[in-house]
Amino acid sequence: METKNFTVSVYTENNPGLLSRIAAIFLKRHINIESITASPSEVPEVMRFIIGVQITEDQVKKVIGQIEKQIEVIKAFYHTDEKLISQEIALYKIRSSVFIEDFDIQAFIKKINARIVTVSSQFFVIEKTGERHETESLYEKLKPYGLMQFVRSGTVAVSKEEMPISRILEKFNNQKLKHEELF
Amino acid sequence: MKSEVLTAPAVETATITGAEAVIRCLLEEGVETIYGYPGGAIMPVYDELYKFQNQLHHVLTRHEQGASHAAQGYARVTGKVGVAIATSGPGATNLITGIADAQIDSTPLVCITGQVASHLLGSDAFQETDIVGISTPVTKWSYQINKASEIPEIFAKAFYIARSGRPGPVLIDITKDAQFASLDFIYKKCSGIRSYEPIPEINLLNVERAAEAINKAKRPMIVWGQGVILGGAESLLRELVEKTGIPAAWTILGLSALPTDHPLNVGMVGMHGNYAPNLLTNECDVLIAIGMRFDDRVTGNLARYASQAKVIHFEIDPAEINKNVYADIPVLGDVKQTLKLLLEFLKPNNHEAWHQYFKDCLAIEFEKIIKKDFYPERPKLGMAEVIEEINSCSGGNAVIVSDVGQHQMVACRYSKFNRTRSNVTSGGLGTMGFALPAAIGAKMGVPHREVVAIIGDGGFQMTIQELGTIFQTKVPVKIVILNNGFLGMVRQWQQLFFDKRYASTEMLNPDFVAIARGYQIKANKVSERQLLKGAVKEMMDSKEAFLLEVEVEQEENVFPMVPTGAAVSEIRLE
Repeated sequence: METKNFTVSVYTENNPGLLSRIAAIFLKRHINIESITASPSEVPEVMRFIIGVQITEDQVKKVIGQIEKQIEVIKAFYHTDEKLISQEIALYKIRSSVFIEDFDIQAFIKKINARIVTVSSQFFVIEKTGERHETESLYEKLKPYGLMQFVRSGTVAVSKEEMPISRILEKFNNQKLKHEELF
Repeated sequence: MKSEVLTAPAVETATITGAEAVIRCLLEEGVETIYGYPGGAIMPVYDELYKFQNQLHHVLTRHEQGASHAAQGYARVTGKVGVAIATSGPGATNLITGIADAQIDSTPLVCITGQVASHLLGSDAFQETDIVGISTPVTKWSYQINKASEIPEIFAKAFYIARSGRPGPVLIDITKDAQFASLDFIYKKCSGIRSYEPIPEINLLNVERAAEAINKAKRPMIVWGQGVILGGAESLLRELVEKTGIPAAWTILGLSALPTDHPLNVGMVGMHGNYAPNLLTNECDVLIAIGMRFDDRVTGNLARYASQAKVIHFEIDPAEINKNVYADIPVLGDVKQTLKLLLEFLKPNNHEAWHQYFKDCLAIEFEKIIKKDFYPERPKLGMAEVIEEINSCSGGNAVIVSDVGQHQMVACRYSKFNRTRSNVTSGGLGTMGFALPAAIGAKMGVPHREVVAIIGDGGFQMTIQELGTIFQTKVPVKIVILNNGFLGMVRQWQQLFFDKRYASTEMLNPDFVAIARGYQIKANKVSERQLLKGAVKEMMDSKEAFLLEVEVEQEENVFPMVPTGAAVSEIRLE
């Protein structure tokens, strides 16, 4: 089976140690995590991990099963690129001297909607938010000028389909009421 | 010098230390026996154990690995949560093998470790180790407590997680300052965690689809695993088998859920399983897997495993569905509920012609293997002969605890069982050294039953120090050492696949009888056939612990065998 880019979204309780539990699931199967972000989600007190991997669909299904098995994971999903709206942010630090005299690069930055974040006599910091190919094309463009620093964030993504986390949590609350009667 | 020994439980709310809270949590959960080893970072809890010694029995093992295996043995025979306790650093890491074993064999454990004081965390303090980090991949859940006030809630969660759904081990690490600090103790049992669904919802449609496939099947076969035991569904399995007449085989951990002499019990699947169920796995039209996980030792070559069959998989853990073998009809849920529902839809049948295939295969296996195992022509004793003598003394009513290797396969193939939860062995992890401490825990769990540990000379020496635990507690376990002077299973592979290059498998062994006697454990050694019966009987009749060393054939091989990479139907009889 061919490998593809998959984005794994994991909704979890906010708990230390869970990240290493999730990371271990990938590690155990020798799967390289291409990008990872963690942030609060749309549900109060629920965290969301977004993990980018390049694996087969069969692998991603099994990984999802193992992730969901973790006690503090509420739900995990996986999506292919076309089912997502995703963005990354990249920062590029370049020498002021090369930048000021080059109108070509200035025009390019304007054209692709990159933003100059900081200006100083020594360096400029440029920021570009977009899909991977967009941050990459700016990287290629700036590379000949000698990048002083470059950094790119993990992918953040929202799915086109619904993520029924609140419903799952509500279901638990209802079950709990039933359960407590039993005890 | 003697300090106060408490006898009555405290009132519902009280300000107590974290260490006392640990003990009270265990009592609230109904724990009676725990296994452990003291040390610096867990001393406050041990001090409380001293005070509560009339209510909570602590068994001092001779190594923390022994504590975790003993807790496993206890859990496996009783169905209760086993508890092990150790100090930080090496005490904690020594528990890991038992924890990993419990994880892969779905055994409910709560392991408690002491930790350095919280202000020292991360400073590489004396006996500091990141046990939560180390245990993460081999626990169902783990947590580090550094505030005394967390203790009741975390313990309640730990016991709930360990025993619910697919059971497993949980580790709680408690910093020393949290053991000393005070808290207002109120205990409330945990009844649910919102991110954790221990038992998946049943899809009735899939139960009906399963029933339809079973009713239509011409050559159906059941393979059940430990899920039947963990789910308490033994009588439902029996009902299912008897109503439908479907031949039923077991995985090593499923053994004893159905009596071994039941006419529809067709034996063990897998690498050293029986001929019929392995061969016919690849001829059945419907394979009904119940509470098992298609381990590679069961399936052999996955690509050629039951590919002709429609697979129905009854399972509590959604991650097991399609993990190794694709399930045409997955039936998620508690097997006790799903089998009950299934039975309502099933039509009575007998599948006599199909069953005859199994009988014919058994006749072949008997001729080629079993007969030779029981009545060998060579002068030296065979392992199967010893098992048979134990059977004739126990009548199939003993708990058999086996270690790992050739003797384990022979013990599982030939031991007789009338009752469930009677076969205790390390299946998934294959932990040599498991049996002796596990037998101690098993005997303490079911003291009214006979418990016999069957161990090889290699595995015995991995946890031989637990003879000291037997000496001190006087727990009357029976120990059979099947001594072939080799690491037999590895030697067998070397013979078959490495041109008899016996690299580091021959063992120069000590006098086991003398060692046992050093611990004041009754012991005997037998090497002659005519003395075997009497020697086994003497051991079984003993009211005290007894070690019987049996000198067996050095180069005996275990057959049948599905070589690695082969299909189960390519099972070798010689």
